[in-house]
Amino acid sequence: MSRERLLGAVVLLALGLVPLAAHLMGEPFTITLATRAAILALAAVGLNIALGLGGLVSLGHATFFGIGGYAMGILASHVQNYEPMFEWPFLFEGSTSMPFIWLVAVLASALVALLIGLLALRTSGVYFIMITLAFGQMFYFFSISWSAYGGEDGLSIYVRNGFPGLNTLDPIQFFGLSYAVLCIVLLGAHLLARSPFGLALGAARQSPDRVQAVGLDPKRLRLVGFVISGAITGLAGALFADLNRFVSPTMFSWQTSGEIMVFIILGGVGRLFGPVVGAAVFVMLEHWLGDMSEFWHIWLGLLLLAVVLFARGGLVGLIAGREKAHD
Amino acid sequence: MTPILIAEQVLNGLQSGVMLFLMAAGLTLIFGVMGLINLAHGSLYMVGAFAAAATAAVTGSFLLALVAALAAAAAAGALVERLVIRRLYDRDHLDQVLATFALILIFSEGTRWIFGSFPLYLDIPEALSGPVTLPGGIQYPLYRLFIIGMGLVVAALLFWLIARTRLGIRIRAGENDREMIAALGVDIARLYTLVFALGAALAGLAGALVGAIQSVQVGMGEPVLILAFVVIVIGGIGSIEGALVGAILVGLTDTLGGIFLPQIFGLFMDPAAATQTGAALASMAIYVLMAAVLVWKPTGLFGAKS
Repeated sequence: MSRERLLGAVVLLALGLVPLAAHLMGEPFTITLATRAAILALAAVGLNIALGLGGLVSLGHATFFGIGGYAMGILASHVQNYEPMFEWPFLFEGSTSMPFIWLVAVLASALVALLIGLLALRTSGVYFIMITLAFGQMFYFFSISWSAYGGEDGLSIYVRNGFPGLNTLDPIQFFGLSYAVLCIVLLGAHLLARSPFGLALGAARQSPDRVQAVGLDPKRLRLVGFVISGAITGLAGALFADLNRFVSPTMFSWQTSGEIMVFIILGGVGRLFGPVVGAAVFVMLEHWLGDMSEFWHIWLGLLLLAVVLFARGGLVGLIAGREKAHD
Repeated sequence: MTPILIAEQVLNGLQSGVMLFLMAAGLTLIFGVMGLINLAHGSLYMVGAFAAAATAAVTGSFLLALVAALAAAAAAGALVERLVIRRLYDRDHLDQVLATFALILIFSEGTRWIFGSFPLYLDIPEALSGPVTLPGGIQYPLYRLFIIGMGLVVAALLFWLIARTRLGIRIRAGENDREMIAALGVDIARLYTLVFALGAALAGLAGALVGAIQSVQVGMGEPVLILAFVVIVIGGIGSIEGALVGAILVGLTDTLGGIFLPQIFGLFMDPAAATQTGAALASMAIYVLMAAVLVWKPTGLFGAKS
């Protein structure tokens, strides 16, 4: 087992055990923090497929995060207000069932990722960064001006949505659910990176011409990678909305896109456990530095700058060495 | 909908267009010459606005405020270039995005630390306040006309600088082949600092000029930054002409869309629904414009052929 794999296993295990200990000691706030870390890690695992594997620097992943969030908000608000979503061709009252909400979140973000990808992947490099950022901003302004679902104020959902067989309002049970989703998706991302598709996508990042020469279409590979990536981040958005029982345009904001990307960089680009390490460190910093200073973003900024300038490969790279570093 | 209303809105669109141009010109220059994507450009806009507001509060002079905005933004730009940006030229875009994102955090929180969270106000000077009557009986605020004029003058100066001066020749040469001009004895490191400071000064000037219409607050730069990105994508990265055309297009689309889309929808919908739909679609109009340009010309209107 390589040092990187070992480190990843330790971090993932710690992320699972800390809330258990907190549960036994009766500290629900720590459980909420860990849930937040797990869900944000999930969002970053999604982005890491586009960024680390496909080399697509998307600064617009808040789009999918927000779509997942609003999928939950819209479906649940109709049930909450007893207003059916539509009556034709059949009566549909919305939904408060997590599996159904997740399905809608994943499908909606995949569809939007397909549309954005079709346009944005016509270009590359800086254009791609700016265009993904701009489309994210488009959804942000749309969500602000769309007053049917709360507009600028967002939507509050008073009761967390249900999952068959679980009491999701119990913090430790909701954590267990989010953690399980994270582990399953991590396993999926691992298998994806080793599958023929994942290898081809990685090759399209390193040398598109050669990929084309062996008869594969780099654009199509990137598009599929971008869609998978967006769908996972959308799923994380639905969970995040359920954690807070609140959705607002902030989920679409460009800062959210930036933060999801920061998780990956703090952890290490293109490394399976990079997003988990990064999100966990980010949530801890947010909590501790936030307690110490109102202006903790300065320290976050300086840390980020130091990591980018001096610790290429992120924290995982610092600890586990560079043997499997992103090229 | 009267012709006067339309003329007013066209002028408003033009005003936001020329200010966007000042932002976009710096961004596109920096990208064209150094190959750097700078997310912190919006922070320099904010620095300019805060420097102007603080100076105006102390001295009461709008002219001094503008000078302070230019100087503070240029100095902040040069400092950041020396300390951070210089290390990023050889890195990939991802590192550039993250390092400049970190700079935004530092600039924004630093400004909040110094000036507090409440917005500052920069007053329009006496001589430029009040409306003027334009030919055709249009009443229009003098200050906004002044901004349009300033924007156009700076644009002309910039074109002259790039096309006619020795510095401009070096900048254009740097865009084409930096090894060659380094070999010819041009100090590339100094040229880069200079270009970065120039872009920063333009952003700071825009921040100060717009700061007198809107409030001066932390985070004011980022919405403008993203609009400037849309401008550059439409105009073509590295092209100053493209930035001008793109900025005017985006300024007009954004302003006119916000006013006229709700009215157009009002022709065949009930008023409340029309306002709602129109406002929602107007907020998306410039991105639809961007998408349309991309489908037609993936490298922008004036972009180099890839």
